[in-house]
Amino acid sequence: MTSILPPAQTIWWKQPLDRVEGTWIGIAFVWALTMFIMMPLWHVYGKQNLSSEAYRTTPEAYMAKTMAMVNEHTVRTETNQQIPVVAPPPGSDVYLIARLWQWWPILELKKGQTYRLHISSMDWQHGFSLQPININTQILPGYEMVLTITPDTSGDQTIICNEFCGIGHHNMVGKILIKDELSGEGAL
Amino acid sequence: MSKSSTKTLAKPLFRTCPESGLQFHKSAEWLIRANAVTAVVMLLVGGITALLVTLTRWPTVHLLPADRFYQILTIHGINMLIYWIIFFEIAVLYFCSSTLLKVRIATPRIAWAAFVLMVAGAALNNYSVLSGNSSVMMTSYVPMPADPNFYLGLILFAVGALVATFIFLGTLVVAKEEKTYDGSIPLVTFGALTACIIAVFTIAAGAIILIPTWLWSLGLISQIDPAMYRLVWWGFGHSSQQINVAAHVSVWYLIAAVVFGAKPMSEKVSRGAFLLYIFFLQLAAAHHLLVDPGLSATWKIFNTSYAMYLAVLASMVHGLTVPGSIEVAQRGKGLTKGLFEWLRKAPWGNPVFSGMFMSLIGFGFIGGISGVVMGTEQINIIIHNTIYVPGHFHATVVLGTTLAFMSLTYFLIPVLFRRQVMFPVLAKWQPYLFGIGMGVFTMAMMGAGTLGVQRRHWDMTFADSLMSFDYPASAFTLMGLVGVSGMAAIIGGAVFVLITVLSVFFGKRVGSESPYGTATTRLLKAEPDLHVQSGGHAAAGKWGFAAPGTFVLAIFFLAIFVAYYVVNWKYLASVWPMS
Repeated sequence: MTSILPPAQTIWWKQPLDRVEGTWIGIAFVWALTMFIMMPLWHVYGKQNLSSEAYRTTPEAYMAKTMAMVNEHTVRTETNQQIPVVAPPPGSDVYLIARLWQWWPILELKKGQTYRLHISSMDWQHGFSLQPININTQILPGYEMVLTITPDTSGDQTIICNEFCGIGHHNMVGKILIKDELSGEGAL
Repeated sequence: MSKSSTKTLAKPLFRTCPESGLQFHKSAEWLIRANAVTAVVMLLVGGITALLVTLTRWPTVHLLPADRFYQILTIHGINMLIYWIIFFEIAVLYFCSSTLLKVRIATPRIAWAAFVLMVAGAALNNYSVLSGNSSVMMTSYVPMPADPNFYLGLILFAVGALVATFIFLGTLVVAKEEKTYDGSIPLVTFGALTACIIAVFTIAAGAIILIPTWLWSLGLISQIDPAMYRLVWWGFGHSSQQINVAAHVSVWYLIAAVVFGAKPMSEKVSRGAFLLYIFFLQLAAAHHLLVDPGLSATWKIFNTSYAMYLAVLASMVHGLTVPGSIEVAQRGKGLTKGLFEWLRKAPWGNPVFSGMFMSLIGFGFIGGISGVVMGTEQINIIIHNTIYVPGHFHATVVLGTTLAFMSLTYFLIPVLFRRQVMFPVLAKWQPYLFGIGMGVFTMAMMGAGTLGVQRRHWDMTFADSLMSFDYPASAFTLMGLVGVSGMAAIIGGAVFVLITVLSVFFGKRVGSESPYGTATTRLLKAEPDLHVQSGGHAAAGKWGFAAPGTFVLAIFFLAIFVAYYVVNWKYLASVWPMS
């Protein structure tokens, strides 16, 4: 029972490795390095990388930027709460607000176009979970996160809050509508 | 009381367990008992709340109303992840120092004070959640406020636990000073020391963030930065789970030793792996911040990989050396046929072994692989905060740690409490019910998480929200499976609590009386290993490998690991391009 007794040899560190241990350590180390290298490699060759672009902000400053976008690009309103549906031009800065318990406004983006999506919270921490595509990020108050995204799938996406934010958490649902290029105004 | 300047200290009292040969210091024995029993009480609280949480997340049952669900989930998380496990770990620390080194425990009165502080803190914290103002989940992310007593309770508990870790360290010093052993401390004690060092770091991180947060809740500090809170809090929240890893790996070695008489294949490798834990496991706070705003890719990659996966390497080493040491011991007894006779003829009816082995498999195959995959910087984008996450940590903490601690309890009931395990047939089946139930539960959760089902979420149908969303039918099926398998695990857990409590208080006393005395026996060194001198353990193995069966299992593990890793990159590649 040497695992619960002091080692038999005082100089235990000179005991040679068993071959099975040495072999496994070698294999496991190679696998560890492979996994480590995969992450920087994906930054070079992969297409799904979160940017580290983020800014300090305040709820007031962020709200002002969002309102400017909403005032300029609202195309209609939806739901009985008259939530604006905003269709900003491709390539532009798009602002999304997370607050208790709402994602605001509804965004309408074009498939295949790239947007700079800003997200910040007005109050507590929230989780941005886009479904069914399944993209998840953490949203903090006081921080404005910028994701450069290119929606390349058809079909509307739903934003679900996946950071617990109090009693209305499970009702905090929003939308990002995706318009296919062909059905857009310019087509046909 | 004598006021003389030459105070004579009472000599410490010891008893030797006739069956196991373990020697208990009377003060340590009662401290171990008190901490272990309190741990099981916390497990009971966690278990009852587990039942309510599971019955609410099971879509067709959906038991609790929303406010109650979030409150009960908060209680479940804190009691299971913090109180049950840390109380038990303090018992393990005292056992691995005082009992294994045959030495008196350092400052037993202060150890009792630490225990009282921990109990008081746990009670205060639970009271604040029960009173309804602190349904903030275990993480209590600022600026969502909790009652000041919520933080104060956690702080008191942490201070008590910190004192207990120093009593462990003090006991090691006493053993060295009084020369109760020669050479190095045993491997299992070394593993416990690893857990202790990680615990000191963890509790310090907890104090650094919880004390200001408490002051903030009292209005004495105006603001706590949420990003900083997350970084430091996870130095506590994730590292506390690394205490578990070090502790349950030590328990695996301990059980391999007491059930099989197993010896470490080499002290150097097993201790080196523990050393890697000490160096690198603390970096894990990064796992929770991979999709947080503003952190650089370099920072995330280095930290989330525990510095090039060196701590993962350590776990992969233990994953080989623990079963490997069992294989070597079994082969030494003549079970040398084929690759797996040693495993086939293991005592599968003994819950001490069966639970420990399922803990090893569940922790490695389910918890370990999923943890590394979801902790990959970019793959975290498709997993963060989905129910995949609790799927992963139930595999590490419940299948891994809790099941290992349950197995150890079956060993401790006769040895420490001097009682027979009651209902032996139930005890034989309990680890299987709990382990298999939990195994299915965790994998079903991960499946549902892959489909985008959220954690900490009351209603996956979004019935009351302004906008609708429909998960695929398969997500509902998987959450139903979570419910059913969760019930199996909860019944398994209830059977464990029942057997433990009844055995400890009403079980038949075992063996002869072992009276307390002041005489102590000296801790002997392990028998020298004759095989090593005559060319390694390999004599009873194959291909020059001492443990060929274990090696084949390890390669099987690696194949699943690689396949699952690749599948997740492919899944990631299907989501929107972003930069």
